[in-house]
Amino acid sequence: MDPFLLEALLNGVLLGGVFALPVLGLNLVFGVVDVVWLCYAELVMVGMYAVWFLHVQMGWPLALAFVTCLPILAALGLLLHLLVVRPLLAAPPINQVLATGGVLFVLQGAATLVFSTDFRSLGVEMPPMELGEVFVSGTKLAAFVAALLGAAALWAFLKFTYVGTAIRAIARDREVMPLMGVDPKRIYLIASAVGGGLAGLAACLLVVQLDVHPFVGLSFGPITFMICVMGGLGNMLGGFLAAFLMGLIVSTGGFWWNTEMSYVVAFLFFILVIFLRPQGLFAR
Amino acid sequence: MSGAAGTLDLSGVHAGYGDFQALFGVGLRVEPGEAVGVVGPNGAGKTTLLRVISGLIRPRAGTLRFGGQDLAAMPAHELPGLGIAHVPENRRLFPHLTVEENLRVGAYAKAARAHFAERRDRVYAMFPRMKERRHQLAGTLSGGEQQMCAIGRALMSGPRILLLDEPSAGLAPLVVKAVFDLVARIRQEGLTVLIVEQNVAQVLRVVDRAYVLETGRVSAEGAAADLAADPAIRRSYLGGH
Repeated sequence: MDPFLLEALLNGVLLGGVFALPVLGLNLVFGVVDVVWLCYAELVMVGMYAVWFLHVQMGWPLALAFVTCLPILAALGLLLHLLVVRPLLAAPPINQVLATGGVLFVLQGAATLVFSTDFRSLGVEMPPMELGEVFVSGTKLAAFVAALLGAAALWAFLKFTYVGTAIRAIARDREVMPLMGVDPKRIYLIASAVGGGLAGLAACLLVVQLDVHPFVGLSFGPITFMICVMGGLGNMLGGFLAAFLMGLIVSTGGFWWNTEMSYVVAFLFFILVIFLRPQGLFAR
Repeated sequence: MSGAAGTLDLSGVHAGYGDFQALFGVGLRVEPGEAVGVVGPNGAGKTTLLRVISGLIRPRAGTLRFGGQDLAAMPAHELPGLGIAHVPENRRLFPHLTVEENLRVGAYAKAARAHFAERRDRVYAMFPRMKERRHQLAGTLSGGEQQMCAIGRALMSGPRILLLDEPSAGLAPLVVKAVFDLVARIRQEGLTVLIVEQNVAQVLRVVDRAYVLETGRVSAEGAAADLAADPAIRRSYLGGH
């Protein structure tokens, strides 16, 4: 096979792994709380700044900055739920969208105020690795492996714990949960913290690949939402698969056409899916 | 003395949804070890009654006590911990979870988790069919099996009283008989049972006493055998022979 195509395919898979985390986080929160966090990519942006600030400004070791980023973002997820989402749980969906959309602008504004619009770089790059005929970025490979580990940990949590099983149950039937001894409010809090934590993990993986600036969320936020819709909103497995599909489309789109057009190809594919299967590619 | 261990005691309970009032001063008492039925036509308030007891709806007036505890003062999700388990109307299983995962959700309460394996094995001993299908999605079970699974899920919290809402609804006649046999078996385990049913003939065979609920009020109560022999009840609910 053409080594350039092979490289494009490989990069697509690696990209899909990075898309997968925010998609899982958004789907988790939507499935449980039934509210879309429009500001999800901006939570990731905050996480990227947290890692950059701790590592570059404070001089912490990178690993420590990564590990600290997760609880910070989990706490941010909790705060978002308590301050913005919970008061609007009974409100019409449009109000919830407007509120979490408002948080998006608040976070962008706050980041601009605190960190200015400069692009901040972590300045770490792992050496490229040679796999057969193709070279692959060591950073991307490490991010991919970490994303898969994160997804596997989430799967195990949802599959094998009492709280995880209740999270999967509540996504289908909210009202009956108290009869099982489950306090839905508490499950909402847990899902919001885990959703925030996943944004934190995504931030760690992205900050080594992208420079941080207040509007960095725009470079992966829209595609994250598209993937969620393609996989079926709230459908974790569908979102996970759609993330890889989208990763492949973006990277091979660049191969067939040219790199500038790769996202155009992805958006065209998305429009096609919405026309043909509005309920999502993997809806049952 | 009222409020003995495990006595369910309701008096003067008013409840409803929004502008609609479903219960008007309902009183009811279930002693430990008893099986009590609540029968009546569709829309009489039977389901509302169970939902008030398990805290899904708050009463507007009246008192609800279980083992002396004031139920109205507690959040619904704490009631399973008190020993109240409610098998809701239409079973409400989680269709996308396996049988065993449904049982695990039923054992969510902190006090129940330590007993998960032991109670699951007891449920499987009671319903061998559930053991065979433990890795199957609950949505793929037949109606009768779903009822077994729903009852099993309720038993996972280690209840003292089991509330059953229309366990025979939507099932084929042969399966209905099997479900009532099941209720009889649960009684043998020493559980207190409060069962709401439209299938009056069948339910009067498995309970000790019953209440007749009509348009939100208790219109008659008594021993199951007496009610089954009562001409007015026979006329209204038992086909009038």
